[in-house]
Order: sequence, then C-alpha cells, then structure tokens
Amino acid sequence: MSTSLKINGKTHDVDLPEDVPLLWVLRDEIGLTGTKYGCGVAACGACTVHIGDTAVRSCQVALGDVWDDVTTIEGLGTPETMAVIQSAWVEHQVAQCGYCQSGQIMQAAALLAENDSPTDEDIDLAMQGNLCRCGTYPRIRAAIHAASAKMKEV
Amino acid sequence: MSRIGKIARRSFLIGSVAIVGGVAFGAYKINQPAPNPLKPLTGQTALNPFILIDAEGVTLIAPRAEMGQGVHTTWAALIAEELDVALEDVRVLHGPAGKAYYNSAMMGEALPGKGYDTSAFQHSLGEAMGSIGKLVDLQLTGGSSSMKDGFVRMRETGAAARETLKQAAANRLGISRDQLKTENGSVIAPDGSSLTYSELAEDAAGITPPDVTLRDPSQWRYLGKSTPRIDVVGKSTGTAQFGIDTRLPGMKFAALRANPRLGGGMKGFDASAAETMPGVEKVVDLGNAVAVVANNTWLAQQALDMVEIDWEDAPYPPETDQLFDAIARSFDEKPNSSMRDDGDAETLPEGATELTVEYRVPYLAHATMEPMNATALHDGITLDVWCGNQDPIFQQKKCAELAGVEQENVRIHTTLMGGGFGRRAELDFASYATLLATQMKGTPVQLTWSREEDMRHDFYRPGAIGRFRGAIKDGRAVLLDGQIAAQSVMGQSLKRYAGISPMGPDKVHVEGAFNQPYGIPNYRIRGYLTDLAVPVGSWRSVGNSHNAFFHETFIDELAHAAGRDPLVFRIELMQGVHAPSVGCLEAVREMSGWTGKTPDGVGRGVAFTYSFGTPVAEVIEVVDEDGTIRIRKAWIACDVGTALDPSIIEAQMESGLIYGLSAACFGEITFAGGEVEQFNFPDYDALRLHNTPEIETRILETNRYLGGVGEPGTPPSMPALGNALFDLTGKRARTLPLSKEFDLLA
Ligand code: FES
Ligand code: FES
Repeated sequence: MSTSLKINGKTHDVDLPEDVPLLWVLRDEIGLTGTKYGCGVAACGACTVHIGDTAVRSCQVALGDVWDDVTTIEGLGTPETMAVIQSAWVEHQVAQCGYCQSGQIMQAAALLAENDSPTDEDIDLAMQGNLCRCGTYPRIRAAIHAASAKMKEV
Repeated sequence: MSRIGKIARRSFLIGSVAIVGGVAFGAYKINQPAPNPLKPLTGQTALNPFILIDAEGVTLIAPRAEMGQGVHTTWAALIAEELDVALEDVRVLHGPAGKAYYNSAMMGEALPGKGYDTSAFQHSLGEAMGSIGKLVDLQLTGGSSSMKDGFVRMRETGAAARETLKQAAANRLGISRDQLKTENGSVIAPDGSSLTYSELAEDAAGITPPDVTLRDPSQWRYLGKSTPRIDVVGKSTGTAQFGIDTRLPGMKFAALRANPRLGGGMKGFDASAAETMPGVEKVVDLGNAVAVVANNTWLAQQALDMVEIDWEDAPYPPETDQLFDAIARSFDEKPNSSMRDDGDAETLPEGATELTVEYRVPYLAHATMEPMNATALHDGITLDVWCGNQDPIFQQKKCAELAGVEQENVRIHTTLMGGGFGRRAELDFASYATLLATQMKGTPVQLTWSREEDMRHDFYRPGAIGRFRGAIKDGRAVLLDGQIAAQSVMGQSLKRYAGISPMGPDKVHVEGAFNQPYGIPNYRIRGYLTDLAVPVGSWRSVGNSHNAFFHETFIDELAHAAGRDPLVFRIELMQGVHAPSVGCLEAVREMSGWTGKTPDGVGRGVAFTYSFGTPVAEVIEVVDEDGTIRIRKAWIACDVGTALDPSIIEAQMESGLIYGLSAACFGEITFAGGEVEQFNFPDYDALRLHNTPEIETRILETNRYLGGVGEPGTPPSMPALGNALFDLTGKRARTLPLSKEFDLLA
C-alpha cells in the first residue's frame, strides 16, 4: 500500500511500511538528504522539518502519521534563492562541520514564523533541543537576531 | 559525480610538472617528488597535485579533511593569494589518496622539544622531520597542523603555478616573463590584452616551474582577513554532501551491530526472525559483527534488533572501577617518560609548604554529529569507498587488504564530514563497509551506524589519573612534580593505522603538562602507560585534554595555598619564559576586567595551556541562580603568530571551548560487563544553546611561528571551569564530569 505525501510542494507516493519514520522516507526513499540523522530518539534536532507550520523531529513521526504538507531544508530556499534566515546564516558564517545546521535552521525558521522578535530567552527555549557538537551556538544566536531584524525591514 | 571522481576513474596521466612546494630536506627518497595522484582527463591539466586547470577554470585540491574547521577555505586562500584567482571563482575538492599530500607539520610535532622554546634551528629540524610524513603515508588531518603544513607550501605552489602560466604566455607572445602581470585568472600583456589560465594550462604543463619569491604579507588580499567560507552556502541550504548523503544507483542501506564488549569476537547468531522482516534483503556475517541489508536504513535497524547474537567477552576487565584500578597500578611500574626534569624534584625545598593531590578524568566519546558511516562498491576487481575520513592513504591500505584487491585499485572518495575530532582518523567504518561490499559484489551499499552503535564503539579518550605534588614558598611555586597514568593513545593508534609499534617516551601522553611555559625551578613530569585493551584514540587535543585539567587545576591549588591571585601567580611564573603566553594571560585579565575578587554568587576561574604551538588563556565566569549554576561568560585569548583568517580562528576557539566544557560538565563513558553504559545523547549530553556562555575572543599575533587553532581552545576550558566553581563554592573539582558534584544548568 502506498502513502501519498506532499513535500516541498511536490506529491510523492511512497511504498514503505507506515511505521517507517518520515526521516528515513525523506533520506532513503525520496533522496532529500538535507534532513539529517543524528540520534533517532528526539534528542538532537538534526532531523527537524516542518509539518504544516510546526517544527517536528522527523525521526519521531511515522509515515502513516504525517498530518499535513512537509517542508524540508531544500524547500526553504536554494543556494540561488535563499530564505532570509539562510542568508543570515551565511552572513554570520555559522556552519562549521554543518551537519546539524539543516535542523537548526528549520527550528529557527519556525520560531521566527511564530515570533518575529524573539528575545534571548525565547531563543534559548526554542533552540535547546538542537544539538551542535561543533559549538556554533554563539553565531546561531546572532544569526537569529539578524534574521529577525531583516524580516521586520521588509 | 565530481570531476575528481571522473579523474580517478581514468588511468590516463598527462605529463605533469614536478611538485613544487615540497620540503627539500633529508634523505634522497624524501627529496624525490611523489607521483602526482591526479589523473587528468583530456583537456584538463594538473599543474601540480594541488591545482587543476581546465576550460571551466581553476580547481584547487585541498587534501586536508574538512570537518568544520574551515581548512578548505584557508587552504584555498593560500593558493589563490599567489595564483591571482578570485576565491569566489575557484572550486575546492578533497583530493584522492596520494603521497604528494603528506602532512609535513605533523611529524615535526613528534620531536621531543617543548614547542614554545623552539629555536630557529629546531624549527627547521622540525620541518625536516616533516618529510618523514611522506615516507609513512601521513596524509592525515590532525594535530591542528593543516595551516602549519600549508602556510609556505601552498603559497609556493600558487606562486610557481602563476609563474609557469606567465612563462607559457611569454613563450606564446614572444616577450619576456617579467613584462607580464596576472590578475583574476588571466595573464595580462603590456598592451592590456589577456590570456586566461585555461587557455595557457596545456602549454604550462610542459614548463619547469621557475623559482619564486613569496609576496610580502603587506600585499595579501585574502590572508589575514576573514574570508566567507566556501562551504557555508551548501551547509545552510542542505545541499552540502556528507558521507551519509552518498546516493548511488541501485544502492542498498545497511545497519551494523558489532560486539559491545569491544574487541571481543562473535560466537554465532540467529537471524531467522530478522530475515523475514519488511524490506530486508539479507543478513551478513562480518566476522565479529553482523550487518542487515535492506531497502531503507531504519528497516535495517529494526531487523537488526531481532538478530540474536552470542558475543564473546571483552579482552579487558569489565567494570569501570577495575579499569581505574589498573590505571592506578601503573604508577608502581617504571615511568615511560620524564619529558621534563628541571632542578631537583625529589627534595622539598627548605621552608616550603607541600601540597599533594590526585585527579581523575573519565573515558570520553567523540560523539561526532554525523554517526560513523561509509558506502562501498566492490565490482570484483576494484573497490570504491565513499566516506568522510582524516587519512585516505591509511584507509586505502586497510580497505585493499580487507577486500583482497591491489591498493591502486581502491579509490577513497573523501566527503565532507559531520565532525571529526579525531574519530574519523580511525579505519573501522570504512573497514566494515568494505567487508560488507566484498560479500555483495556489484551492489553499492551504505553502512550507517546507529547513534547507539557509534557511542558504544568509539576509540575513547582514555580515562586518566594525575598525581601532583608541589610546593610554595614566599608566594611562588618552587616545586611541581606531576605523574600521569593512562593508556597510550599513540601506542594503540599508530599500530592500527600503520602497523607501527612506537617505542620510547610517549610525548603525546604527557603533552599539556611537561611543556608548559612556567619557570618553576624544580619541575618534573613523568608518564606511566597502562596496558589495557580498551580501544582508545585521539580526541580533540589528545593528551592535553586530560593533562591540562590536572596541571592547571594544580597550579590553581598552589596559588590558593600561597594566598595569591591565581592569574597573577601564573603571570609571575611565566615572566621571562615565554612572552606570548604572558600576553595571553594579560589579555584575558584586561578583557574580563579581572580583579581577583568576585561578588557573592559569582565565581571566576582562569586557566592556560600551550598546545599545538598556540598559547591560550581562558577565563570563565559562573553564577549561582537559585542553587543552579550557570556558566555565564568566557573570555579567550590566543596567540597564533599569524592570523590567516580571523573569523575561522574565532569560530575554532569558541568551538574548542564549548567542546571542552561539554565534556567537563557532562561527558563520561563507563563500563559494566565489558560494555559501554552510554547509548545516546540523553546519557552523553553536551552543552546546548541555552547553557553555552557568551564568549569573547581575542587573537594575538606576537608568537614567532604559526600555531594550530582547531584544538588549543579545548584544554584550558575544563580547568578554567573547575577553578571558577572553586571560586564560587569553595569546593575543589578534582574529578570530571562536574555535573556529578555541582548542580550545573543542564
Ligand atoms: S535524529 Fe531526530 S532528533 Fe536526533
Ligand atoms: S556545525 Fe557541526 S554539529 Fe553543528
């Protein structure tokens, strides 16, 4: 039995058991490898995507339970047409190894969609589920503030 | 497929110019240029192993592994600086495995000196030793050595290529080379007309590179400034390709389970339940591990849980306490090294007050963000392996041996890596993928470790014990006698990588203790090696990672025992020994407004470590927030000699500090029944955004030589935090992790 998913505006029919987590559908079936595997137990945030407007850990959502359209990092912006938050990430030179950054950006994008002027406390609260072993946190914070300022300009 | 991929597939080799920028010291074999490992296609010209020019433009080969430290950006800037190409216009690729890419700086570090007292003579001897890297295939990214290695070599490479291209243009135009200029990828003639490097490349390949003089730093356009990282757009858009993102036509996905009693064998297994699970294609016996191959990684993981495996016991005592008993017993043996022995450390100076303390630090995992993985394809004759790794030649040798193919028929495709920290110098992830591919000839297979598998099958930072005895008199340290016991990282890892059993004093084991620039008249550091089979390996800053905690906590204890300000106490001991080190301490004193006094509810600590050629001082401030302790601020000052890219250096210092503080607060690997007790991030956590301090970094440039930046931020962070907690609570941290004794914000 195949399951139909709308990802980044495109419909995909997926032929996998319904309990396979969305993460592994994206990566191994559809080939959207921007979403990363870090822990598989909701402890690192590397797999963060949006379902509807909500940032979720795709390692925890079974294929059969996906309730709305999915946006992954690839759907947020491309190297040629980056989203505001991605440009802020580039401007602040956030990435080191870069492996956690898709998840960080998707989490931060959801925060800004909900709250266009987050305080440091808001950022602490929203981002603490996203681990970065390279320790890019100071620049993540700066990039979120910069993106917030930029989004209010337009 | 990348161009290098295509290049590596073909065996056609164009006549290429001699290698430039190589080190010309020592024996004949060292002087011989190594063969150019790039095999250009028609229409491509490899000017030397680091620069490839074709109709599309210039590609630079950065054979150092990009694991987040920015090496590709700075490496490219070194070449571009002399070659006169715009950094935005060049492409940068990891190179294939090749002897020409040996790491000259790393072997230099193997000399017995302390580093900070290096005379010009020893420095050049260090460079000469560096050539030995070529003989032992040390194409390795590690030891914070990439910039030391590339600084002169890559600029010479760029300059020689530039002059060769100019010579090609001169020949064509019938004028002399010094009438020509270069700009933005072109040679410019006196009349203003220009020839692009692409047009000249083929001619240039036949010309012997002229001698070159490097440009004066005052003329630099890229170096010394913060350059946008070349990998940052890819890493902000999900388009950067890590090893785990390798996708090949017809590729299968596999999961791995190896014996959790590390190094033990496998008696047998029952896979009957797993074989019928959805998506599963087969279950493969890898000798001391089992792999499940499926059409999806998660389905492979699920099926693996259903395989019943009968494991053999671990080849080491199974409980943590027993391991530490063994480490403690090594103090009864003869020391392996006394790398420092100044004055008379046996006798307590008259009228001095003695202090004796023991410290213990746990085994630690690397926990790179991207779990170990590799993808392999064995077609019966050749083997292709895709993985992030820090040492492609060692990988190539090992995989060839396991797959039963010739070394030249193994192609290692080095990808970006989601963190290295020393872990990706190991050969196990590529080895398992090779063993699996060898049993699935013709089918590409990606073998991804679960986080649990990764956490429980590491080459750990060894647990260590430090016994320190010292004495103070008239407000100064007059004696420091340190003994360090742990397993030897070098002893194990050189054996694994290259089959070498190192003999003699193990310098890495005592680094961060024996080589600190303190003028203490009676000063001895001895190392004791523990013979245990627990797998241990290089963990960001290696020996410094435990020794800095011992040494710098002890210096702090001496300062307090003497009733002195611990920052001033350090400066006084370093005065006249190493000015750049004093400069770092002075800098953090000024930046933090250090007075030696803190209000109630606030604590501050300082620590200093000289490692990888770079002195680093750090001050940490902690605050008590209703019983919970928050790390509020950190100040870092480092002296790197020449700051090639300040933004990258700042990022590396912050990263090093956060990595160290993460371990100091929460990191601990323990053993029960021979198995590691930690499985995943919930039981091996790290700092996150909300509990990371605000950090201020200052980069100084007074040091005589270029220092490393990837690791030196880590060692002083742990003692600086412990010293701050002492200032706040009056309780001295002598064991890690600190969350066991202090109520830290988690
Ligand atoms: S992989 Fe989903 S939270 Fe870590
Ligand atoms: S950038 Fe490496 S884990 Fe975040």
